[in-house]
Amino acid sequence: MTSTLEQAPPTTPDRRTRVARFLADNGALVGLVVLCVALFIATPDFLTGRNLLNIGIQVSTVAVLAFGVTFVIVAGGIDLSVGSVAALSSMVSGWFFASAGLPGWLALLAGLLTGLLTGVVNGLASAYGRLPSFIATLAMLSVARGLTLVISDGRPIPTSPQVSFLGSDVGPVPVPVIVLVLAALVASFVLNRTVVGRSMYAVGGNPEAARLSGLPVQRILVTVFALSGLFAALAGLLLAGRLDSAQPQAAVGYELDAIAAVVIGGASLAGGVGRISGTVIGALVLVVIRNGLNLLNVTSFWQQVVIGLVIAIAVGFDVLRRRTRTG
Amino acid sequence: MTQQPLLTLERVSKSFGPVTVVSDVTVHVHAGAVQVLLGENGAGKSTLIKMMAGVHQPDGGRVLVDGRPVQLPNVHAAEQLGIATIHQELNLVGSLSVAENVMMGRIPTRFGLVDRRELRARARAALDLIGLDVDVDARVGDLGIARQQLVEIAKALSVDARILVLDEPTAALTRRETENLFRVVAQLRARGVGMVFISHHLDEIAEIGDTVLVLRDGHAVAEVPASTPEDELVRLMVGRSIDEQYPRGTGPVAEGTEVLAVDGLSSAGSFSDISFRVRQGEVLGIAGLVGAGRTELLRAIAGADRYDAGTVTVRGRRLRPGDVGAAVAAGVGHVPEDRKAQGLVLDASVNDNLGYATLASTARMGLVDFAGQRRRAEQVAGTLRIRMHDIDQPVRSLSGGNQQKAVFGRWVIAGSTVLLLDEPTRGVDVGAKVEIYELINAITAGGGAIVMVSSELPEVLGMSDRVLVMRDGRIAGELSAAEATQDAVMTLATRDVAPAQP
Ligand SMILES: Nc1ncnc2c1ncn2[C@@H]1O[C@H](COP(=O)(O)OP(=O)(O)OP(=O)(O)O)[C@@H](O)[C@H]1O
Ligand SMILES: [Mg+2]
Repeated sequence: MTSTLEQAPPTTPDRRTRVARFLADNGALVGLVVLCVALFIATPDFLTGRNLLNIGIQVSTVAVLAFGVTFVIVAGGIDLSVGSVAALSSMVSGWFFASAGLPGWLALLAGLLTGLLTGVVNGLASAYGRLPSFIATLAMLSVARGLTLVISDGRPIPTSPQVSFLGSDVGPVPVPVIVLVLAALVASFVLNRTVVGRSMYAVGGNPEAARLSGLPVQRILVTVFALSGLFAALAGLLLAGRLDSAQPQAAVGYELDAIAAVVIGGASLAGGVGRISGTVIGALVLVVIRNGLNLLNVTSFWQQVVIGLVIAIAVGFDVLRRRTRTG
Repeated sequence: MTQQPLLTLERVSKSFGPVTVVSDVTVHVHAGAVQVLLGENGAGKSTLIKMMAGVHQPDGGRVLVDGRPVQLPNVHAAEQLGIATIHQELNLVGSLSVAENVMMGRIPTRFGLVDRRELRARARAALDLIGLDVDVDARVGDLGIARQQLVEIAKALSVDARILVLDEPTAALTRRETENLFRVVAQLRARGVGMVFISHHLDEIAEIGDTVLVLRDGHAVAEVPASTPEDELVRLMVGRSIDEQYPRGTGPVAEGTEVLAVDGLSSAGSFSDISFRVRQGEVLGIAGLVGAGRTELLRAIAGADRYDAGTVTVRGRRLRPGDVGAAVAAGVGHVPEDRKAQGLVLDASVNDNLGYATLASTARMGLVDFAGQRRRAEQVAGTLRIRMHDIDQPVRSLSGGNQQKAVFGRWVIAGSTVLLLDEPTRGVDVGAKVEIYELINAITAGGGAIVMVSSELPEVLGMSDRVLVMRDGRIAGELSAAEATQDAVMTLATRDVAPAQP
């Protein structure tokens, strides 16, 4: 089995290709470090405690949202509804607390449950209804946002103390950052250790081979979207906690940030490839760029241009990485 | 030969990371000659021809065309020099038509628009050359592997190449299509085209080859004429001789209990009214021409496709149609005909691929049993001699024959007792084939049952206790091992043969 290995003469490692490969494999991480160093040099405001905490809080929403999307993308689908689902979940939670008078912690659970349910609907539509996930979740993007507006009548609703706690600090540490770390551990555990998680890679890599191996592909897809909805709800509650209220226009367009974070983190939109650690880095890249551009007084119009370019570069790295692998 | 070779790989080497796959090999391709490459799975044959095709660039050595050193940085550069390649793994676009695939990259246009008539006509001509009778407008994804292979061949033939490289083109073909292909090869040879040919069917070598370069572990170990006797070729290739190609004993105990029962199974357009039984310890071979419905039948039994009527029963338990999970739970394993499209998750590791069928059944509280999985995978990789440098390497980077063994290995790990094998040894070398046959014997000796479909008739005849012959979706007859001869099978398979369905 290893005869080729033993007979191989000690190859002189070609330093250039090794460096190229490391850069390609860890492009997002290298990019993040370069970015931070550049900002550190460019502005004294970057490396301050307050700014870093600020970054931490902002990353938490994007990253938690993106964890759910990571599951979906690894399984070969896409979820465009997470931003709307985040808003809907926090709104439902707020409504149960403020209008229905449910205890705060039950209201929080209701929010999470809302995300889970919308995810299940997405999953059923794409696994059993055979809708492409792009279409199913595009529809949900609109439906969930609409329901949010219906429930709130277009006005913010105050949140329960339990949800507000999600936006507070424990000592010097913002709760969202703690939630981020816990969510990352859970997501990574699900993806790497559980049967469902490992199956996601198979389903995304080659659905037909997965099916012919006896994996319950449809059930796995429903689980994947359900998880995505659940993480979206959590992100929505984090956001609401920070503002002490559920906003009808919360998280508009966040689905694109989430997808960008996942892709920058090295996942392939073709499915079968992706990691939670990559997604964390991807989310950091996005947030740090935005933060840096703010500190440098670049207008939000130009920020969009820059973010678009970063996504293009990240995907370019992905292509390069594939080439060094197979070539 | 003193004549200048069309193409030479001169002392080329190739490594992937720390692993040297081809080392210091020289190959010449002469005009009007067929250079055969021979070697075990993973010996480096495909890697070598990928250096001719511009897919890989050699780390050491040179590529010469007409005696002049050239660079082949990409596939296009090779094509420009008149090198056409049929790769071992098919490279077709399933959602496009046959015609579009055949003419890929050379779609004829008029006023900037696709000239459909010309497209169809040229594709038709290429297909006729190899005698493939399919609708040029059919979707390639709807064709079986054999026909896809023929489309791939037609595609390579339709470019006017000076050098044609064929990497295991006959692995999925039955004798009839192989003969068609060889007729074309003979014509090309007469026209002065230089060819490279790879096959694990040793009888084909003397038939169309001129010289044979034997590779072992990436080294060239011998260059011999193609007329060299087969057992000598085997000895050169594996370093030992193989006593018995088909080590099947005298068959099962006559009274073994019934394991698989198929009754009145029908599926419109594929097969109709199929009934048979398989007993414990038995190997049932299914023979027939390409398009006779053998693959569709196996898929239906395995739960991969639904069917219109009939039942499948395993050990008295009726299987739900179209439910692979239920079939797997009942002990059914299915090796599909196309390992790349249906068998493997190419970007996942060898370890993962070997474990998909047992992922859930070995888990504890929904958590994957990583240690156990690795142990089982390493063990079966050893039994099947899957050649790799690391069980965590992506299965994509294994050689074709070793990928095939990985699909088989999944069901060995699962301990499947009813194995449905569709081309189980496609692309597997002679030595490893015997190991797969031994495994088949071990499974049947342990009370398992096997249904085997193969385009290689000698394999079906050599390994089956009973042979069903299918024709146009129906059972044309059943032969006992004693009655089953090539002639008897072919007579049943072709009698009153209707024009082949597209
Ligand atoms: N991209 C790659 N990365 C790592 N190893 C590779 C890669 N491509 C090929 N190999 C290794 O190189 C060796 C030779 O592979 P190759 O495909 O040339 O074998 P082959 O002679 O064509 O075998 P087969 O008869 O099975 O087709 C194998 O051990 C394979 O695992
Ligand atoms: Mg090969």
